[in-house]
Amino acid sequence: MGGKVFAVLIVVIALLSAIPIINHTFMGASVTLPEDISTHGKAIDEQLSVTMAEAGISFLAAQLVLGLFVWQFAHRKGGPTKKFPGGATALVIVAFLFVGAEVLALGMVGSKAWATVYFKPASSDAMQVQAQAGQFAFYFRYPGADGKFGSIHPEKIDEGNSNFFGLDPENDIPARDDITSGELVVPANKEIHLMLHAKDVGHSFYVRELRIQQDFVPGLDLSLHFTATKVGKYEIVCTQLCGLGHYNMKSYLNVMSQEDFDKWLKSQSN
Amino acid sequence: MSEMSVHAGPHAAPTSFIRKYVFSLDHKVIGLQYYGLALAAVVTGMVLSWIMRVHLVWPNAPIPGLGWLSKVGAPGGVVTPEYYLQLLTMHGTLMVFFVLTNAPFAAFGNYFLPIQIGAEDMAFPRFNMMSFWTTFVAFCILLSAFFVGDGPPLSGWTGYAPLSAVGADAGPGQGIGQSLWGISIFVFCIASLLGSLNFIATTLDLRTKGMTLSRMPIVTWAWFITSCIALLAFAVLLPACLLLILDRTAGTSFFIPAGLNVADHIQPHQGGSPLLWQHLFWFFGHPEVYIAILPAIGIVSHILICNMRRDMLSHRVIIYCMMAIGFLSYMVWGHHMFLSGMNPFSALVFSFPTLMITIPATIMTLIWLGSLYGSNLRINSASLFCLGFISMFVSGGVSGFFLAQPSIDIYLHATYFVVGHFHMVMGVAAIMGVFAGTYFWFPKMTGRMMNETLGKWHFYLTLIGTYAIFMPFHYLGLAGNVRRYSAFQDDFLVPLIPVHKFITYAALFTGAAQLIFIFNLVHSRFKGSPAPPNPWECTSLEWSTPSSPPPFDNFGGQHPVVHHDPYQYGVKSSTGDYVMQTSPEQTEVAS
Repeated sequence: MGGKVFAVLIVVIALLSAIPIINHTFMGASVTLPEDISTHGKAIDEQLSVTMAEAGISFLAAQLVLGLFVWQFAHRKGGPTKKFPGGATALVIVAFLFVGAEVLALGMVGSKAWATVYFKPASSDAMQVQAQAGQFAFYFRYPGADGKFGSIHPEKIDEGNSNFFGLDPENDIPARDDITSGELVVPANKEIHLMLHAKDVGHSFYVRELRIQQDFVPGLDLSLHFTATKVGKYEIVCTQLCGLGHYNMKSYLNVMSQEDFDKWLKSQSN
Repeated sequence: MSEMSVHAGPHAAPTSFIRKYVFSLDHKVIGLQYYGLALAAVVTGMVLSWIMRVHLVWPNAPIPGLGWLSKVGAPGGVVTPEYYLQLLTMHGTLMVFFVLTNAPFAAFGNYFLPIQIGAEDMAFPRFNMMSFWTTFVAFCILLSAFFVGDGPPLSGWTGYAPLSAVGADAGPGQGIGQSLWGISIFVFCIASLLGSLNFIATTLDLRTKGMTLSRMPIVTWAWFITSCIALLAFAVLLPACLLLILDRTAGTSFFIPAGLNVADHIQPHQGGSPLLWQHLFWFFGHPEVYIAILPAIGIVSHILICNMRRDMLSHRVIIYCMMAIGFLSYMVWGHHMFLSGMNPFSALVFSFPTLMITIPATIMTLIWLGSLYGSNLRINSASLFCLGFISMFVSGGVSGFFLAQPSIDIYLHATYFVVGHFHMVMGVAAIMGVFAGTYFWFPKMTGRMMNETLGKWHFYLTLIGTYAIFMPFHYLGLAGNVRRYSAFQDDFLVPLIPVHKFITYAALFTGAAQLIFIFNLVHSRFKGSPAPPNPWECTSLEWSTPSSPPPFDNFGGQHPVVHHDPYQYGVKSSTGDYVMQTSPEQTEVAS
């Protein structure tokens, strides 16, 4: 009796658990991923779909076989045991061939998606923006008309006077026309080269719709690049635990048409 | 035979209360002490998770008694968002170190490893006592963080620097609380090093006559392999914690670079690297996952074989798989750091060994399933938890497919998908192994049987409950729900609140179901029916002891002699369908 209860239960649990995956894989209904607004995101989403199908099949197959064997072989009244056809050798070969091939294939194809994001540097005409993460806000900086960023002086940071980056416009000419913003405003369909700077502790930059996530590491100047394709406002959240206000550390990615962006930039520089 | 002659033990049975139950040198008492400590830690950790779950969906609900614990963190019992992060840090630390490392490995390993190899005790009984009491001190240090200054630390169980290194400037809990965390883990590492050294020496040196390495049961192998992993892993975390403590207290800069402006203070440090902490931590952290799960794999395989009344298709292959996993576990730590800013090429180097772990894990799963085929499976609480373990191991394992790939990790890193993954595969699966071990070995440890009806109810409710909690976590993650957030105020996460409510109900339900277990444990200890010497008709040496619980020297002054491989089931013998490892009887396969 106990064996049959377990078998039924595990099959029901497996099917219920897999409904969203089955929907995604065979019915075309997307698991609740937000819309992708980047040029590189498609490769990631496809990789995710393939992996979901393979993981879903492995998951269901294993749970159903578990249920089936327990149903069939629990509470037999003694008697000799039967050996699984082929024994351990067959199973080891199957695991090596099929799973080995599967993970290698997944890994290889997935590497391409990773490479498009991380191996290719930003193109030389990408628009440069600097992002600074500090407890518990993001700030963004545009180089202004001269195309050059002023240098950062951590000791000069003065949030009361809106000197979020620690600029020194008195002595540092490139800093004078730098534009600082609390939102990441970018033109659509233009490659953005985002340079990440951490002010205090570790943070992370995550925009779900952009399919981008990257840590800010104090002492390391990292960068990432992306092209947003759809006008709109999207949340930027910090995903690296950074202190008491972590849950509240967010900003917005504001994707505008080139025209609107130019207007915005002009209004900021005045 | 001289090896069967009565001989004096290395230490005499103690008579005083203190030496018998408190500062005992007896590995069995120490095993039970570890079990008790793990139980205290798991209850604390689970209560913390309830508080967090309630806070997530009813952020303004007062929780009785909490206001007393922390006037700042939970004024009037209402959890503040920062207190949520502190509870989360304590939950993770308690569960990973004091539950998942202690229960399947230190508790059961201490109790049964020496008996299963026919030894009277561990190789170094005094070290053994020290390792438990050192762990206990670490536990007290960690819990004391609830009662100091700004309360417990809030940098997560991973304690990422520089948040964990710069001190009180970084916010509440980062002062004394974080120091206590570092010291607690430091002390814990010492205890674990002593413990694993002891396990290794015992396994290699104290095997009784006839107990060759290949005759050791799977679970003995699992503890042995785990102790080898633990010896290397904790040996790295120990100095990492020391460096962290020095950064915090002695003005060194191992993990803190120059020019940090924390809370308007330029930090007086330069030259350190936050990534160094991450490398050291995860060099320990990933093998730690296997320190939790390998003993459970061993326990489950051992119990399943007994209840299937047959050996696995090949129990040796499972042992080789555990070795392979242990070996690979040292090459994959970077998969926790795909987005940390380390060289993007290294992500691929870490990704492939991670994917390769799927192969031994799949082989084990196929062997378990293939061995169930055609078996004479007995259903009892212990075997049900073994089957639950297999199910959970698969469910938590397949989500590893996703996270092992850096391209997908870009999206899923730091979301609930990761939380669902590791809770299933190293949390719930390992705990299922602990439950299986408890139901199976309780008769040996106490001389009484646990109640089977209650045990089965406990299993079914736990299985349903844990799936209801952790399966939805994956879908939350796919929707982009980030972890370690206390409030879901933004537009994107609001639609997910009903899912979170469901999970909270499931967590309270599952927690309540554990009361059945606690009741069964306590009630059976005093009122359970007396256990026969070998209730499960199992072949290994722990069932050859003259009494339950075994006498002080385990075999009543005798050295057992081993004649067989560990799992002689499905044979014709005078005892039935099995032959004890200690029985000189020759067997023939039942036709």
